[in-house]
Amino acid sequence: MIPLILIVLVTLATAVVAMSRRNLIHSVLLLIGTWAGIAAFYLWAGAEFVAFAQMLIYVGAVSMVVLFAVLLTRRSREDATLIPESLGRAFSAFIVAGLAFGLVAFAVLSTQLPARKGGASTISVQQIGTGLMGSHAAALLVIGLILTVALLGAVVIAATEPRESEEDAP
Amino acid sequence: MNVTPLQLCLLFSSALFCIGLAGALSRSNTILVLLGVELMLNAANLNFIAFWRFSPSPAASTGVIFVIFAIAVAAAEAAVGLALVIAIYRHQKNIRLQDATQLRG
Repeated sequence: MIPLILIVLVTLATAVVAMSRRNLIHSVLLLIGTWAGIAAFYLWAGAEFVAFAQMLIYVGAVSMVVLFAVLLTRRSREDATLIPESLGRAFSAFIVAGLAFGLVAFAVLSTQLPARKGGASTISVQQIGTGLMGSHAAALLVIGLILTVALLGAVVIAATEPRESEEDAP
Repeated sequence: MNVTPLQLCLLFSSALFCIGLAGALSRSNTILVLLGVELMLNAANLNFIAFWRFSPSPAASTGVIFVIFAIAVAAAEAAVGLALVIAIYRHQKNIRLQDATQLRG
C-alpha cells in the first residue's frame, strides 16, 4: 500500500502544478512526470505491457509532439508565458471540478466493491498477443484504420497553407 | 474510515480526472485544454487497470486490451488536436480559444 500512496501523491502533485503553471513549457515538462507516474501505477498493478506502452506513447511521443506544437505556436522567446485567465472562469471551473470529485468520491466510498485479495496478477505479453489477434482481431483492424486516417488527416490539416485571397462571389 | 486499495485507486483516478477537468475548463490556451483532455483519458485508463487488478477473475485480459486500444485512440486524438492547433495558429496568429470564433478557412 505504501508504494501505491507514493505513486498517487507524486502523480497528483505534478498534475496539479502542471495545470496551474503560467509557463506552458513548464506545464508540459511536469505533465511528463504525471504520465511517468501513471506508468508506475500500471507497473504496480502488474500490467507491464501497458506500462511500457504508456512510457513509449506518452512520455516519448505525445510529450514531444506537444512540445513541438508549443514551440511552433509562439512568436517570441518570452511568448510561452500565458496571460492570466479571468477569475470568474477559473472559479466556476474549480466549482464544477470539485463538485464532480465530491460526487464520484462519495459514490466510491459508499459502495461495497468486491475485491480479490492477494498479490498483483500479471498478464504475459503472449496472452495479450493472442487476445489481440484472436478474439479482438476486428478491433485491431479498426484501430489500424483509425490511426492511418488520423495521421493522414493531421498531416493534411497542419500542412495546408491558407489561401491568400478569396474572391467573394455574389 | 477504512479505505481498501481498490477504493484508493478509484479515488486516485477520479482526482486525476477532476484535475484534468478543471484545467480544460479554466484555461484558454488550446494546448493546455488538450492536455487536460489527455489527463481525463488517462484517468479513465487508470480505472480499467484498477478494476482488472482487483477483479475476481484475473485470467480475463479484457481490461488490459481495452486500455491498449484507448491509448492508441488517445494518441491519434493528440496528433489531430495538435494539427488543428497549428492550423488555427497559422490562421489567426494566436491560439486563444476565445479568439477562434470562426472555422472558415
